[in-house]
Parts: sequence; structure tokens; C-alpha cells
Amino acid sequence: MEQRKQLIVSAIENGTVIDHIPVDSLFTAVKILDIENLTEQVTIGFNFGSKKFGKKGIIKVANKFFEDKELDKIALVAPSATIITIKDFQIIEKRTVGVPKTIGNIAKCINPKCITNIQEVACKFTVIDNEDEPLKLKCHYCEKYTTLDHIEFK
Amino acid sequence: MNNRSLISITDYSKEELLELIKLADYFEHNPEPELLKNKIIATLFFEPSTRTRLSFETAIQRLGGRIIGFTDASTSSVQKGESLRDTITNVSLYADLIVMRSPLEGAARFANEVSHVPIINAGDGANQHPTQCMLDLFSIMKTQGTLENLNIALVGDLKYGRTTHSLVQAMSNFNATFFLVSPNELRLPSSLIQSIKDAHLNYYEMTSLEEAIPLVDVLYMTRIQRERFADPLEYEKVKNSYVLKNYMLDNSKDNLKVMHPLPRVNEISIDVDDNLKAYYFQQALNGVFMREAILAHVLDLK
Repeated sequence: MEQRKQLIVSAIENGTVIDHIPVDSLFTAVKILDIENLTEQVTIGFNFGSKKFGKKGIIKVANKFFEDKELDKIALVAPSATIITIKDFQIIEKRTVGVPKTIGNIAKCINPKCITNIQEVACKFTVIDNEDEPLKLKCHYCEKYTTLDHIEFK
Repeated sequence: MNNRSLISITDYSKEELLELIKLADYFEHNPEPELLKNKIIATLFFEPSTRTRLSFETAIQRLGGRIIGFTDASTSSVQKGESLRDTITNVSLYADLIVMRSPLEGAARFANEVSHVPIINAGDGANQHPTQCMLDLFSIMKTQGTLENLNIALVGDLKYGRTTHSLVQAMSNFNATFFLVSPNELRLPSSLIQSIKDAHLNYYEMTSLEEAIPLVDVLYMTRIQRERFADPLEYEKVKNSYVLKNYMLDNSKDNLKVMHPLPRVNEISIDVDDNLKAYYFQQALNGVFMREAILAHVLDLK
């Protein structure tokens, strides 16, 4: 019933729905996915009701099918997100995003002396996802850790 | 990209560390003046260094290799704004191996991705200086006869000191017990404490140098820099607590050796120099033999 209600709010014929985004991360996810520069019709839902989280964010992009690696980027801030692919108003695929083991040039290394912040060198990170501590990124080059609360997306 | 390159101390397994120590010992007793004959080694020092550069150049010369390079970025095209990518791409067409030091952290790892020949990292900012760590291990092996089960005190700036970080990583392979002696402001970073815990090793964080001395086999001193303190008053309070004086070694173990990566400023009083437990100058000499070993290993000649 709940899903039906959402579809009524902003049903899309074809495109991608990114659901179950924690509200704190919604606008970061919007930035990471570079939604601002899309020409497609986009609906951004903020503080929607959610059984799982109480409140959630949702992004619906009409007529756009993201590549997996593009969507993987948001796993850093919204590991709980669900990706729904819609064609002809039907759900074709529904999957969760997994935290990637490595990420590329989407975030900045926190170390101002890191070569990636000084010369034209693309960032690469290993994602450190230990159970007992918050997720962090280890720079492939300078080996310094960037924690999520200090992360700056490119 | 070359897999034999030495970028970070963690690139080497325990077996490789031991193999290189053996090789350094071999070169100490068996000079091989022909080994690098017809090899051209580039020493690219984008920031000045005295000991590391001279030690590498001595090692190269002792093995009969020839050297090209610069000792300061101001005498290279870096001054004109050339990127590291272009400098390394070009030099790697001239030389058989590149030894490089850069103030940019991660520079050696990046260089290794664009170079056609192996890279030896001779220091990339505050990040890694693996050949220093290798010569420290060689020095510990020579003086203690083993690397296993030793008590090691690391003294001074444990927060920013890359040599102590690498030594913690390397000695974690050998069941070491660490005595981490530093002012509170300069304690070992939590990521390294975690790596000690992950290796199930014992460690003690302490602020008193004198308490640690009688307990350890190796006393590894480092410099505390004034500029590391946000509050200059804090520096004034602690600066004399981490100065080693000869009388402080009176109750130390017979096998204790005092080490230091050098340059020393005042953290080891010169009256320690004549003590048989002072080892820092021999340690620097060991760097030549260890760098011979690393050069030979990286070029797959030994």
C-alpha cells in the first residue's frame, strides 16, 4: 500500500528510483550523483515517512539508467539505499547498494600534502569498513585516512 | 608499473624483510664493485636530504653503478612547473632505476604507476621512508642477533614521525613489545595502535623516558620539533624530558643499543656518543649496506 502511495506521488514511466536514503545523506547523495546537472525530470523527496528509518529521502530520475559504478558512489553515505529500475511503470530490478571495496576520483583526500591535492593525479581509495568503527577511506597514495565526517566529494 | 619497486615498508613480507637483511649483511662483508656496471641510477631529490642521498649514492658507487639526477628541485625543470608525471615518465626512459624523494605524500606510489623502471622511495613527505626502516631492522638484527621477541622503546614525536610509524609496522611481524614514550600531544596515531592490537602484541604508552630505559633492548630516539605544538608553552614544559643523557643508561640492559634516524639536534646529549651502547652512527653506516641490498633486489640482480 505504501509503495502504491509513493508511485502516485510521482510515478515515472521509465527511469531510476533511489529509495531509503537516510535524510541526513540525501543532499550529499544528490551532489555525488551530480543531479544538479541532469536535464531529465527529477523528483527529490525529503523527510518521507519510512517504516525502516522513520524518515527517509528518495530520488526519482525519469528516463535515466545509472551505471552501477555511478550508484556505488552513494553507498558511502547511504549504504541502506535501494535502487529500483522502472520501465513502462513496472519495477524491472530492485537491488541494494553495497559498500564498494575501492572508490575512485569522487572524493578528496583530507591530507593537504597528498599528491592528489597538489598535482593532477586522480584520487583512489580503499574503503575501510570495520565493524566497530565508522567507515573511512584510505588514500592509495599518501596512505592517510579520511573519515566520512570529513569527506569532501568532488 | 613495477612490482619489485619499494614504495612502502608494508610492501615487504616478513620473509622479504629477512632476505634483505641477509643480503645487506652479505654486502657488508663482500663488496661487489661490478654488480651495477653499465647501470644508470637516477637519484631525484625534489627536496634536499643529506644522509639519505649520500648513503644511496655511496651504495650505488660501491656497486659500480653510475648516477644521474638532481639534489634539489630548484635545479630541475620542476622549477618551471613540470609535473611529477612528466619528470618521471621522461627520466624512466633514461635510467634503469629511480631513487626519489619528494615533499608530496604519495609521490612515490604515483611515480611507480607512470614509470617504466622500478622506483625506490627515499621519502615522500611525512608518509613513508622504507629504506630507513630497513636499515633500522638491519641494525637491530646486527646488535641483538634476532628480531624476535624484543622490547623496543620508541621515544619522542610518535605522532608525526614516519620512521617510528614504519618501525611499528615492520616490528609487528616479529612479536615485539612496544614502549611508546612521548608527550601526550605527540602520541602514536590510533590507526597504528590498532595495528599493534591487530597483531596481538603488547604495548605500553608512557610519558617517562627514564621508566622505559631499564626495560628495553632497543632505545629508538627521535626529535621533538617545536612547531608540532599548538601551544609553545607545552613544548617548553616537555622539551627536556626527552633528552637522553649518559647517566640515564646506568641501569639499562647490557644488550641495549641507542638508535636514532639522525639528524640529531639535542635529544641525545653528546656525552652518550662514547658509550658503547650508542649505535646511531654505525646505524647510519648500515644504511649503505642495506641500500646496496635493496638496489640489487629491486633490479633482480641478487
